[in-house]
Amino acid sequence: MGLYDIAFYIISAITVLAAVGVVAARNPVHAVLFLILAFFNAAGLMVLMGAEFLAMLLVVVYVGAVAVLFLFVVMMLDVDFVRLRQGFAQYLPAGLVGAIVLLVEMLVVTQAAKDIRQPMVAELRHPENVRAIGYELYTDYAFYFQACGIILLIAMIGAIVLTLRHHPNVRRQNIARQVGRRREDSMEIVSVKTGSGVEE
Amino acid sequence: MSSVGLPHFLGVAAIVFTVGVFGIFAARKNIIAILMSIELMLLAVNINLVAFSTYWGQVTGQIFAMFVLTVAAAEAAVGLAILVTFFRNRGDIAVDDASVMKG
Repeated sequence: MGLYDIAFYIISAITVLAAVGVVAARNPVHAVLFLILAFFNAAGLMVLMGAEFLAMLLVVVYVGAVAVLFLFVVMMLDVDFVRLRQGFAQYLPAGLVGAIVLLVEMLVVTQAAKDIRQPMVAELRHPENVRAIGYELYTDYAFYFQACGIILLIAMIGAIVLTLRHHPNVRRQNIARQVGRRREDSMEIVSVKTGSGVEE
Repeated sequence: MSSVGLPHFLGVAAIVFTVGVFGIFAARKNIIAILMSIELMLLAVNINLVAFSTYWGQVTGQIFAMFVLTVAAAEAAVGLAILVTFFRNRGDIAVDDASVMKG
């Protein structure tokens, strides 16, 4: 058993335990922190598989953005999480049976690949991971890449539209009115006599 | 030669995916926990894609994992935005209360 195997077993054990922690944690902040741990260790698994770029992407996108977003929402909303856990035991048996059946099925399917032990890294056109991804992504998958950008743009617009609130008491800038203003509307030239002031 | 191969990685992904499915069952009312379980399931799918990508010697799987990552990030952003709006309207996030579409 080499160093690779030891690293795999440690990292995958932590991944699975962290995933269980996400589901089982009573405090939702702890659940989010377990989620971050699971993402980190999944990134470790991807490093073991030779997908360094995706591992870094996982850390940056998931840990840096998604998990922090979850953490913000969990801490910002004043939710009674104890009440939400009521009825937890009621659906536990059904969920457990379904999950075990699903797990056994997937592990049986996994055995179809039991002879594949050696990665076919040598087949890659470009041995460097980032370069290989770049060559494929910007040639064969260029349109899909653009579609990804559109998806992210729509998600951003959607999130802003959903959470934007207009306060009735706050004065807002009316750009059309501001730009459409002319000199005659707002300015008047008067000749003032000495000592008499300006009439309203 | 290392004894860890493709089935080991697929097994880890299967376990994580199952935990995610079970999480959706277990946290029926708590929509934050449901969203986190969905993230776990997408993570397991990503591990699967990368495992096949490595052991088949093709980088396509990693590119699709990137697309999955994109959609997961978009889904989390929109889902949490809906959650925040729902909380503002109702003062609670229990999914059972979201049974009418009329605002």
